[in-house]
Amino acid sequence: MTALCIKNVGLSFGATEVLRSVSLQVEPGEFVSILGPSGAGKSTLFRLLTQDVTPACGTITVDGTPLSAHSRAFAFMPQRDALLPWRRVLDNVTLGLEIQGTPRSEARAKARPLFSAFGLAGFERHYPAQLSGGMRQRAALLRTVIQQRPIQLLDEPFGALDALTRMQMQRWLEARWQEANWTTLLITHDVREAVALSDRIYVLSSRPARVIDEIVITTPRPRLDRPLTDSARALEDRLLTTLLTQTGD
Amino acid sequence: MQRPMPPIRGKGLARGIPAVLSVVSAFALWEIYVRVSGISPLLLPAPSRVVDQIAQNRALLWGHTVPTITATLTGFACSAVVAFALSIILDFMPRVRRALFPIFVISQTLPLVAIAPLVVLWFGFDLTPKILLVALVTFFPMLVALVDGYEATDPEIEALLRSMGASRASVFRIARLPSAMPYFFAGLRISITYAVVAAIFAEYVGARAGLGIVILNAKNSYRPDLMLAAVVISSLLTLVLFAVTAVLQRIVLRWRDAGGDT
Repeated sequence: MTALCIKNVGLSFGATEVLRSVSLQVEPGEFVSILGPSGAGKSTLFRLLTQDVTPACGTITVDGTPLSAHSRAFAFMPQRDALLPWRRVLDNVTLGLEIQGTPRSEARAKARPLFSAFGLAGFERHYPAQLSGGMRQRAALLRTVIQQRPIQLLDEPFGALDALTRMQMQRWLEARWQEANWTTLLITHDVREAVALSDRIYVLSSRPARVIDEIVITTPRPRLDRPLTDSARALEDRLLTTLLTQTGD
Repeated sequence: MQRPMPPIRGKGLARGIPAVLSVVSAFALWEIYVRVSGISPLLLPAPSRVVDQIAQNRALLWGHTVPTITATLTGFACSAVVAFALSIILDFMPRVRRALFPIFVISQTLPLVAIAPLVVLWFGFDLTPKILLVALVTFFPMLVALVDGYEATDPEIEALLRSMGASRASVFRIARLPSAMPYFFAGLRISITYAVVAAIFAEYVGARAGLGIVILNAKNSYRPDLMLAAVVISSLLTLVLFAVTAVLQRIVLRWRDAGGDT
C-alpha cells in the first residue's frame, strides 16, 4: 500500500498561490526527494503534512486513509536542528517520546543504545552548544527516527552545514538509511544530494509550485563512496537545467 | 570531531582585580581629599569615619537593617510570584495582555516621591506600604522580561514540538518557559537593585524602623557620617542580593556556561 499519496493539492496564503495541483506519492521503504528552487513552497508541503495548515483543495492520504485520521504519521526534522539549548543531548533526543507520554527512564533506555550508531557515543550528557555542526544534525536525526513514525520528513537537513561536513553527513545518512530502510521524504535544493540519496525525485517549479518532473533512480547503493557514474552525471545536468529555468524571478 | 567539555570557570578571580582596584582607589582618593583639605566632618566625613560609625552604632544599625531586609524580601517575593503567575496568564491570553499592559506601563510612570507618601497614608506605618512599594517598583521589569522571553522562543522549535503532537501547555513548559529564563534573569537583576532603594524610600516617608528611618534621623540631626553609614549598609544589602541572583542564574542557566565555540 502506498505510504503517502498527495493528489492535486493546492494552497494559497491570501493572494499568494503557493501550491498548484501538486501530486506525489511515497511507497513504503522508499526514499523520495522533493527538489525545487528556494521559496518554491517545499517547506509549505511539510506544513501540510504535519497539519500545521490545511490544503485548499486536493487529498492527502496515509496508508490509504485521509491524513486527518493520522496524528502520528510523520516525524519531522526542521531545517536548522532546533535542538533545545538547555537540554542535554540525551533529553533532546527523547523529546518526541516524552511528548508521546513515554516515561523518562524508558525513553532514555530506548535512546542510549542508538547513540553510537549516530556517532554520538559519550556525548549523552553534553549540551547542544558543545557539539559540532554535524553532530548536532545527527542528534536531530536521531530525535526524528527514534519516534518510530511511519514516514520521516527531512527539511533540508544539511543545508546549514559547511560543504565538507555536508558530504560526510550525506555518506553517513546513506549508510544508515540503507540499513534501516526508513520511509523518507526529503526536501532539498542540492541536486547531487537528491540524486545520491533518492529512489525517486520530484522536481517542483518556482511559485506557485507544480511538479514539473518525476525521476526514478535505480542506480545500486551505496552511491556516494564511488566515482560518479555517467548516468548520474547526466541526470544531475538534466535536473540543474530544469531548475535553472525556474529561477525566473 | 570529538570535543572535550570546556572548563566552566575561567580566570574568575583575576578578572575581578580591576574592579576591586578601582573601588579601593576611589575610596582612597576620598580619604586623602578629606584629610588634606581639612573639610569639616559635618559636611563630608571621611570613609574611615563612616566605617567607625558603622562599628560604633552596629547594634542600632542592625536593629534597623532587619525591618528593611524583611520589607525588601517580602515585597520582592510577592512581586516575583505575581509577575510569574501573571506572565503565564498573559502568554496564554493575548487579549488580556493587550488589555492590561497599558496599566502596567502606567504604573511605571508614577513618581515614587509622590506615590510613596500616598501609600503610607493609605496603609499606615507598618510593613504593608513598604511591601507594596517594593512590589510596585520591581514587578514591571520582571513581568516584561518574562513576556518578552516567551515571545523570543525559536518558532522552529515550536513547530517541531507541534509536529510531535505537543499541546499548547506542553509547548509552554518545554520551550517557552526555558527560553524566557535568560530574559527573566536580566529583569531580575534590574529589579533587585531597585528593591532595597524602594524599601528605604518607603521607610523614609514614614515608618517605625528601618534604614530609611536611620537616614531620616541622621539628616535631621546633621550627622552625614551616620547617614553614609546607613547608605553603606543599604549598598551592601543590594550587592548581596545581586550576588544571590547571580548564583541562582548560574545554576538555572548552567547550559549557557557550557557553550562551545560554534
